[in-house]
Amino acid sequence: MRGADYVVKRVAFACLTIFIAITINFFLFRVLPGTAVTNLARVPNATKQLREALTSEFGLDKSKWAQYVLYLKQLVHGNLGVSYANRQPVASNLWTALTNTLPVVTIATVISLVLGIATGVLSAWRRGGFIDQLSTNTALVFYSFPTQWIALILLFALSRYLPTAGTDDPFLLHQPPFWQHLENLAQHMVLPVITLVLTLYGGNTLIVRSALLETLGEDYVLTARAKGLRPRRVMRTHALRNAMLPIVTLVALSLGSIVAGAILMEVVFSWPGIGDALYQAVQQRDYPMLEGGFLIVTVSVVFFNLIADLCYFVLDPRVAQ
Amino acid sequence: MSSTVAGLPTGPVEPRAHRTRATLALLRARPSATVGLVILLVFVILAIIGPLIAPFSTTQATGIVYAAPSGKHWLGTDDGGIDVLSLILVGGRTSLLVGGAATLVAMGIGGIIGVLSGYFGGWVDSVLMRITDYFLVIPDLVLMIVVATVWGPSLSHVILVIGILLWTSTARIIRAQVKTLKERLFVRRARAMGAGHTLIIVRHILPQIGPLLIANTVLTVATAIFDETALDFLGLGDPNSVSWGVILEHANDRTAVSYGAWWTVVPAGLCIALVIVACYLLGQAIEDALNPRLRVAHLSVNKWKLRSLVGRGPDAL
Repeated sequence: MRGADYVVKRVAFACLTIFIAITINFFLFRVLPGTAVTNLARVPNATKQLREALTSEFGLDKSKWAQYVLYLKQLVHGNLGVSYANRQPVASNLWTALTNTLPVVTIATVISLVLGIATGVLSAWRRGGFIDQLSTNTALVFYSFPTQWIALILLFALSRYLPTAGTDDPFLLHQPPFWQHLENLAQHMVLPVITLVLTLYGGNTLIVRSALLETLGEDYVLTARAKGLRPRRVMRTHALRNAMLPIVTLVALSLGSIVAGAILMEVVFSWPGIGDALYQAVQQRDYPMLEGGFLIVTVSVVFFNLIADLCYFVLDPRVAQ
Repeated sequence: MSSTVAGLPTGPVEPRAHRTRATLALLRARPSATVGLVILLVFVILAIIGPLIAPFSTTQATGIVYAAPSGKHWLGTDDGGIDVLSLILVGGRTSLLVGGAATLVAMGIGGIIGVLSGYFGGWVDSVLMRITDYFLVIPDLVLMIVVATVWGPSLSHVILVIGILLWTSTARIIRAQVKTLKERLFVRRARAMGAGHTLIIVRHILPQIGPLLIANTVLTVATAIFDETALDFLGLGDPNSVSWGVILEHANDRTAVSYGAWWTVVPAGLCIALVIVACYLLGQAIEDALNPRLRVAHLSVNKWKLRSLVGRGPDAL
């Protein structure tokens, strides 16, 4: 019963967060000068009739409140408006961008987590020693480098050997065979993935190390050692297992920084993902795209946070109490 | 309040000398804090005198385009033939100023929300903490981008945008501290003597959370500078001022990579990273010193003193 309560509570909070984001989004963009009509009516010989027709079509003659309700209705139907820049529906633009972003971010997150856990465990294992100092300080330094700077440095160092922009080579015409396309895509993904891994691994190392040090001080670890278990076993089954709880929380909370890293990385490597879409929208003042992009990113972050919350519940049912 | 009672100290309980000694002890016990403090001081001094000692103008070309580092231009020139060293020196002031000002805004909001939430509890606490939860989940940088775009690029907008989004962790930490302080004897005694909420908060709570607030301030400066660099890089900073973020933006936009002009990128990034590392070292050290529980773990980069686990009871580790 308690568990169901917890799940319902978390889902409700996620929904509320998304609803607030939608509302902020709506009012934030309505204070801007100009509307969809001023944009669409910017054609030669635009008549007053055209403007009026557009105004009533977009419902801009109604009250703000009615417009808000209309906006919510359209959102439920998946209509995010039309991009000013390429006149395509924002939803389909963003969907393409999302399918480009997700593989890179997923691969980078997994690699950085594995790397972070490895270095974090090593640090906690040799706490206070030379290896710990080296690994922790390296992690701190990488944690401090701006993502765009790491990306630029990688460009200087490796642009001779690896593709530096986009998802594939433009000269791959005539529908290349699948494996050739995949190989090309993989080559293009190397630098973006390395950039994200280097940005994320530092934070992960510090998180894992501190979580482990906390659990290593617990009584059950002392008991395990007193029982004469091998240090390796104590670390793996007693310390690390319990340290996974705070690690999951902190990694979930760092989702925002993963998004931030992805935006900066995509700008440098012209990776046509959600971050690049946001950047282009800012450059071209393409407000519908920006509005939709913010919404998509927020919804994804809230969604993954919810999943982390539920994972936490599975790992440790006590949180519901 | 301050009526003199025989036998009771009337002035502040902790004299200044004691506090200075405590600070020195902190720096001695944690070399990383000294390193952080020294780096920060150097950058603050550079930010103050930077524009005065900059060898060349930052608005006019003084060399050829993308000239490599030389005796005349120690860090080379950028796409407009402008001396990079001068840009770094002048840009440091903007970066630190924006980072510092944004942090002040964040500390103001976070401090107020944390104190109100922890002190009053009840529905005030519930409402404020739900708001905090919301801001904690929202991806900071994306909301910053949206708000900065809507408001238009300017220095004060960047400061405000960062400030109103970076207060969440401060609010939570302060709230936890105030919650425990509120139940301490001296606060209950003051309340029993008829002190009002304002008086208790100003006279008894605020001085106690001061050090914690300072530690948080230093840590927040790091994030603020990171975010400022990102906003500048995306073209949302003040177009008329030079900052480290803008230097990186120009390097990326104006094809410094194809020229192989690494000197336009490396120095600015190193400066940003140095300031951020220094903030972490110092902030973490202060936080460690304040909270004995954190001393063992957390994000501490300090030497972790290995002690024998046996025979220490609850004090172990």
